[in-house]
Amino acid sequence: MASEDELLAEVTSSEYKYGFYTNIESDKAPKGLNEDIIRLISAKKNEPEWLLEYRLSALKAWQEMIEPEWAHISYPKPNFQDLHYYSAPKPKKVLDSLDDADPELLEMYKKLGISIDEQKKLAGVAVDIVMDSVSVKTTFQDKLYELGIIFCSFSEAVQKHPDLVRKYLGTVVPKTDNFYAALNAAVFTDGSFCYIPKGVRCPMELSTYFRINEANTGQFERTLVIADEGSYVSYLEGCTAPMRDENQLHAAVVELVALNNAEIKYSTIQNWYPGNKEGKGGIYNFVTKRGLCETNAKISWTQVETGSAVTWKYPGCILKGDNSIGEFYSVAVTANHQQADTGSKMIHVGKNTKSTIISKGISAGVSNNSYRGLVNIGKKATNARNFTQCDSLLMGDKCGAHTFPYIEVGNKTAKVEHEATTSKIGEDQIFYCLQRGMDEQTAIGLIVNGYCKEILNQLPMEFAVEAQKLLEISLEGSVG
Amino acid sequence: MIKIENLHASIDGQPILKGINLEVKPGEVHAIMGPNGSGKSTLASVLAGREEYEITEGSVTFEGKDLLELGAEDRAREGIFLAFQYPVEIPGVSNINFLKTAINEIRKYKGEEPMPAKDFLKRVKEKSALVELDNSLASRSVNEGFSGGEKKRNEIFQMAMLDPKLSILDETDSGLDIDALRIVANGVNKLKSADNASIVITHYQRLLDYIVPDFVHVLYNGKIIKSGPKELALELEEKGYDWLKKEEALEV
Repeated sequence: MASEDELLAEVTSSEYKYGFYTNIESDKAPKGLNEDIIRLISAKKNEPEWLLEYRLSALKAWQEMIEPEWAHISYPKPNFQDLHYYSAPKPKKVLDSLDDADPELLEMYKKLGISIDEQKKLAGVAVDIVMDSVSVKTTFQDKLYELGIIFCSFSEAVQKHPDLVRKYLGTVVPKTDNFYAALNAAVFTDGSFCYIPKGVRCPMELSTYFRINEANTGQFERTLVIADEGSYVSYLEGCTAPMRDENQLHAAVVELVALNNAEIKYSTIQNWYPGNKEGKGGIYNFVTKRGLCETNAKISWTQVETGSAVTWKYPGCILKGDNSIGEFYSVAVTANHQQADTGSKMIHVGKNTKSTIISKGISAGVSNNSYRGLVNIGKKATNARNFTQCDSLLMGDKCGAHTFPYIEVGNKTAKVEHEATTSKIGEDQIFYCLQRGMDEQTAIGLIVNGYCKEILNQLPMEFAVEAQKLLEISLEGSVG
Repeated sequence: MIKIENLHASIDGQPILKGINLEVKPGEVHAIMGPNGSGKSTLASVLAGREEYEITEGSVTFEGKDLLELGAEDRAREGIFLAFQYPVEIPGVSNINFLKTAINEIRKYKGEEPMPAKDFLKRVKEKSALVELDNSLASRSVNEGFSGGEKKRNEIFQMAMLDPKLSILDETDSGLDIDALRIVANGVNKLKSADNASIVITHYQRLLDYIVPDFVHVLYNGKIIKSGPKELALELEEKGYDWLKKEEALEV
C-alpha cells in the first residue's frame, strides 16, 4: 500500500481518457464578435427577423455587462474577440442510413462509446448528437412524432416550430440574466429543442451528446425543453471533449418550462476536458440552467460533473406555481487544478412549494470545489419547504472545499433546513478494503461511488452505469 | 503456516514490538493475551500490513512466502484475514457489493473467474445464518449504523465468506454482551478446520471459554513472556498479569 500522499499524487495525475481530435472539414466564421458576425450566424442559419433582433439586443446588453468575479474561481479572462463564433461540419449530403455517415464521425462515436447502432438497439434512447454546434443525426424522431413529441436541433425548431420557440425562448433565462447568458443569447449556434404535448408521457429517455471538436471555437449551446400540461419527460445530456492546449469557452443556456402538472427530469454527465496535470488547457464551463414550474409541476436536476478546468453553474428552479417541486442532485469532482463553483438556486414563489438540494463535492489534488446555493422564499410562498444537504469529501490536504449558502426568507411560515458535512477519505477505510483483498484503485472507486450513491440513484439506469465508470476513470491512476 | 521470528516493529520511531517469536500450524488456535499497551493490536496490524508501522528487524513467513514483502491486499489474497477491533463504516456501499468485490478481486488474483451470482447468494445465505446475521444487514451499508455487536458479527460473516487460511481476531470480544459473544464464538468454531488456523487476541479469559485455544501466549512490553496450554488463560484470569510482569522484571 502506498502512503496516502503518493496515492493522492497518483489520483490527481490521472490522464484524461477522451483526448483525441477528429479531423473533419469545417465551415468557420472569422474570429471576433460584433453585429456583422451575429448577422452572419443568423443568415447562415436562415433565421427569421425576430430571432436576429433577439440576438442583436442580447449583444448590445452583453457589451454593456462586466464579466462577473464573485465566484470562488480564478482564471485568465477569455479574449472574446479572439474566438470563432460559428463553425459547422460541412454537410456532405442528407443521410439515409448510418452506412452513409462519415466513417471518421462514426469512429469518434465509437471512441466515445456511443455508437448509434448500439444506441438504437438499446432500451429506447433517442440520441440527438450535437457536434460543434450543428446537429448531425437525430434518431427515433418518427416514433416520437407519432406522439406529437418534438425533439430536434434548435435550428430545426426555429425553422419548423418558430411559434413555440418564439413563445418560450428567454422566458426562463432572460437574455440580460447574466454576462454569459447574454453572450449565449447573442451567438448561440445550435442546441436541442424538445416539446412534450399535453398529457403525453415521453416513452423514452431523450438524450443529447455534446462535443466540442473544432480548435478555438467557443461552444454556445441553447437548449429549450417545454413540458406541456400534465406531461412527463426525462432528458439526458452528456459530454466529452478532445484534448486541447488553449482554453475553450463553453457558455450554454438551458431553459426548462414545466406547465401545470408537468414533470421534467434533466440529467447531465459533464466530462469536458479538465486541463492537464499542470492546469494547462481545459474547458471553461459557464452555464446557466434554469427551470420554471407552474402549478403542481416538478423539475428535477441531476448532475455528475467531473470535467472542465473551470465550472460555474447553478441549475435552479423558479417554483412559480402553487405546490410545485424543485430538486437538485449533484456530484462534482475536482482534481489537479480544476475549479468548480457550483450549486443550485431555488426560488419559491407559489404556496406549498418544496425544494430539495443534495450536493456532494469531491476534491483532490490542488483543486477547489465550492458549493454556492440560493434558497429564496418569497413573501407569498406560504408553507414553503426547503431541505439542503451539502457534503464535501476531501482527498489530501492541498485541495479546498467551500460552502456558500444564501438563504433569504420572506415568509414566516417557511421551513428551511441546511445540513453540511466535510469528511476526508479515510486511510482506515482504504486499509479496511485492502485487508479484504481489494487494490487501492478498487477501494477508492468503491468508497467514492458509495459516497455519491444518493445522486447516482437519481440517474436513469444506463446513465448511472456510465456515471459510475466516469467517477472511477476520473480517479484512475491512483495505483502505479 | 505462519512463522514469526524476532519481529521488531515501531511507529514514529517508538518501538512497540521487541522480538516476537511465534509459529502457528494448520488446525491450531493460538490466543494472545496481555495487558493494555503490550503490543497485541500492533502485532495484528503488522501482520495485516498496515503501513504506519516500520519493521525494524525480524521476518515473517506465511505459507513459504516472505509476508513482509507483500502489500496488504496481497496478504489478504494469500489468505490472511483480520477481524478488526473497530470495524470501519463505508457509507453507501452495501455489504453485499463490498463482499462481492472482495471475493472477485481475490479470485482474480488466483486466476479464477468471478463467482457466479447464484453461488455467491447461496454463500451469503449460508454464512449469514452462521452468525445469526439478519438478511437485511447484508443489504445495508458496510457497518453503517450497526450496533457494536452487529459490527463484530459482520466481521465474522466476512471471514466466513472469504474463507481465509489464517484469521486474526483482534479483540473480537470487546463490547459484546454474553449472547453476542456466544454467537460470534460459535461462528468462529464452526469455521475451524484442519487446514486453517486462528490467532485470537483478547484481554479477557471469557472468550476462551467459547473459543478453546491450543496455546496461550502472554504478550507484555512487546515480547511474548510466557506461553502455555489453555490452562494458562485460567491462571491469568485468577492471578492477573502482575506476577508475570514481576518475573519479567527479575529476568531483566
